[in-house]
This record gives sequence, C-alpha cells and structure tokens, in this order.
Amino acid sequence: MLQQDSYKQHISAQFNAELESVKNHLLEMGGLVEQQIGKAVDSLLNRDSGLAEEVIAGDEQVNDFEIRIDEECFRILARRQPAASDLRLVLAISKVTTDLERIGDEASKIARQAVKASEEAASSSATFTEIRHISNHVGEMLRHALDAFARLDVDMAVETVIADRSVDSEYATAMRSLVTFMMEDPRTISPVLGQMWTLRSLERVGDHACNIAENVIYLVRGLDVRHVEPDELINQVEEK
Amino acid sequence: MQTHAIDIQALKRDQPQPSGPAGPAETSLRMEQLNLFYNNSQALYDINLEIPRQRVTAFIGPSGCGKSSLLRCINRMNDLVDGCRVDGRLLLENEDVYDRRVDVAALRRRVGMVFQKPNPFPKSIYENVAYGLRIQGINKKRVLDEVVEKSLRAAALWEEVKDRLHESALGMSGGQQQRLVIARTIAVEPEVLLLDEPASALDPISTLKIEELIYELKSRYTIVIVTHNMQQAARVSDMTAFMYMGKLIEYDDTDTLFTNPEQKQTEDYITGRYG
Repeated sequence: MLQQDSYKQHISAQFNAELESVKNHLLEMGGLVEQQIGKAVDSLLNRDSGLAEEVIAGDEQVNDFEIRIDEECFRILARRQPAASDLRLVLAISKVTTDLERIGDEASKIARQAVKASEEAASSSATFTEIRHISNHVGEMLRHALDAFARLDVDMAVETVIADRSVDSEYATAMRSLVTFMMEDPRTISPVLGQMWTLRSLERVGDHACNIAENVIYLVRGLDVRHVEPDELINQVEEK
Repeated sequence: MQTHAIDIQALKRDQPQPSGPAGPAETSLRMEQLNLFYNNSQALYDINLEIPRQRVTAFIGPSGCGKSSLLRCINRMNDLVDGCRVDGRLLLENEDVYDRRVDVAALRRRVGMVFQKPNPFPKSIYENVAYGLRIQGINKKRVLDEVVEKSLRAAALWEEVKDRLHESALGMSGGQQQRLVIARTIAVEPEVLLLDEPASALDPISTLKIEELIYELKSRYTIVIVTHNMQQAARVSDMTAFMYMGKLIEYDDTDTLFTNPEQKQTEDYITGRYG
C-alpha cells in the first residue's frame, strides 16, 4: 500500500524530485479545472458572458497542462522504468490528466451555453434549479476526488465513486422535469435544450471525477475497481 | 464483477506463452524449511518455495541476501564450501536432492549451471559443446555433430559460429562465450538450468540476446535465474522471489510483484527506496 510521503524516499533524489514535480503539476491542473467548472456554472447562473468568455479562453491553459504532464510521465517511464507504486503513480497521473482535460472541455461547453443563454431573452425567466443543484453535487465530487488524490485517501475516493450514482439519478430526474417543461410550453424548447446540454456536461464531469477517484484506489491499493458495482467495490477495498 | 474476473483470466491465458504445456505449471523444485549454514553463521532461514516446471523463476535481492546461496543449494554447489551445512528439504521432482543416496555428479547433469563470467574451456567451440557427452563416454562423431549443432542452434549461436567450429572458444566475444556456455550446459539435456547473473558481465545487446534465449529455452527447461538487474527479472521471469537477509520475503508471479507487491520491503527494494 502506498503511503503519503513515500515518493520522497528514493535513493535517487532526482527521481524524488521528478515524481514530486509531476504530482504537483497534476494537482495544479486539478485546481485550475475545478475553477473552470465553478466559473462556467456561475457565468450561466448569473448570465455573465464576460466570465464565460474567460472560461473559454482558459481552456488553452488546461490543454497545456495536459501536454506538459504527459511529457513528464513519458520521460519518467523512459528514463526511470518505475516499478510498483511508482509505476502506478505515473500511470494514474497520466489517466487523471486525461479526465481533467475532458472536464476542462465540459467547462468550455457550459460556458458556451452561458454565452448563448445571456443572449436569449426567453431564458431570462429560467431559474436553473436543476443545474444549480447538480453543479453543487458534482463540484463537491470533483473536489473530493482531487483531495483524495492529494492525500491518497481511499475512503474519500470510495465515497466519491458511490456519489456518482446519486448524480446519475439526479440527472435522470432533472431530464424528466425539463421534458415536462417543454411539453407544457413549446416556446421553452430552445432554452431548455441548452439547459439539457449543460446538465449533460455536468453529469459527464461527475463521471470523470468518479474515474479520478477510481485511479486513486488503484494508485494506493493496486486495485482495479473500474466497472465494479458499489457494493462489490466496498467489499474489495475492505478485503485488501 | 464475475464477468470482470473471468475476462482478466482470459487475458492472461491469451498472452503469448511459449512456456511449455498449457494450463497451470507443475512443481519442479520444492524447498521445505530449508536452512543453510556456513560454519556458525546462518545464510538461509526457513525457505519454503515451489518452483514451477518450464517457467522462469527469478531470485532478486540486495547483495548478500542469500539468493546465490539458495541457487547453489539446488545442484549442491555449496557442498564444495567447507563448513557448509544444509537442513530442511529440497526436492527435485519429489526426490530429495540432499538424500544420502543421491549421486551428486548425476544431480549436476540434471541441474545445469551457468555463471556470471563466461567460462568456456580453452578448447575449440565444438569441443566445448561436446565436452559433457565425451565425459559420458560418447565419442561417435555422428552423434556429437548432431548434438553440437542442436545445442548451438538452441543457444542461438549456430549461425554465428557454424563456419568456425574448430576455432578456439576464447576468441569469441563475451556474449557469444556466455551463449556457448549455455549450449554446453544444455548439450547434456538437463531438466533445470540455474543461471547466476548470466548477463551482468555483458553489454546491453548481448544481454538482450541472452534474455531472448532464456525465453526460448523455457519451453524445455525449468529455469532459475539470479539477477541484480531488476528490469531483467521483470522482463524474463514468470515468477519472482524477493529475498532479504537470508529470508524469503515475498514470492509471487512477476506481474504482481512488480506492479503491486504485498510487502513494504519488496516495494522499497524494487522502487529503489531506503530500506
């Protein structure tokens, strides 16, 4: 099992520094992506197209992080041939980077919806109740997934994976209620479709946060819990 | 979850495996509570280990951990050391190697050994390979020719030396010499091949050739290799045993040991951390 400070203990100080650096870059990227999602949702809720544009422009920085972190991972794999927990760390970082980059893309999509919404008169009456609710939930999941990664906290990672189930069901409920709106008043179809896209994006963010949490479990325990039902997941983690 | 587990097994089965018979490997060597003493100092402590037939098993660990001593127990090379004493059991195909009735010369024909430094005899390439047969009294040229060619081919050396079989083996490169020694060892058709750091004196390309050879040979022999080079153990072996201070700390299939070892000592060693 991987412990918190264990990558500072290599005989090669340079190797310590490389692992430390790539992990820090990942956490920085995580912080940035969290901010992007937060801002994107705010820009939608407050119909703030300026903030939305900022999010769209910020995606480039997220992409740069992805490339840089992947380069660092490749370099470590090629030059250090890491084994055991070091290998799992590098692989987990490389996968988490991909998820973070995708979350960044979802943030941009939401920001584009925000720009559109700010231009549509019809949406001015929308309250975005469902979006507000799910975005809180998903934001928390993402924060927990990243915290779990930073602290190598398996329990928190397990909670995050399980939380994704309730996000999925909230998403289904929200979709049903938005369909009802559209049936009641066809004039709302266009703005409600926009809301649906946003909900879809948020639901995807939840899925990516769940992937990140699964990678934390893999990193710490060496346990591959992808495609495992929640009950089974808890069993496996407790067994190990 | 059930399907997930089955898929993993299927993946494992589908891996390219020229490793002899399909299905789970049978045990070739079994050590039970094996202890080794040099005079009053104990070198190995209660080793319990099962080595599968027609697979490659690697012993890794820091210098002085007992991995070479353990390897040498298998063909009783330790008998040559004064004050050396073994207790416990070491079974080769269910026969105790340390039984009083065992003929050590016969045992060493069944268990061939290759050392760190290539040690060809100062004879021709041909005579090096034929040596084991000649001391068994086999001198028919036709038989010898056949065995020499077969062994050199098996050691991936035939193409390089077929035109100079009667030149001195000492004129070969280090990597060729080591493969010649392997050819000499397999000429007498042993069951087990013990390799003690077989590539540590060789350049990287010769090392890869030896590793490729090990991969080819495991379809016929049970191979046990001691190596300081962990990447080499990871590349060539099916099973890996990590030893420390004369004790067997962890023994598992190589994939598990190098991706998710159970013991912290193993983890620290293979990742290069302070113990």
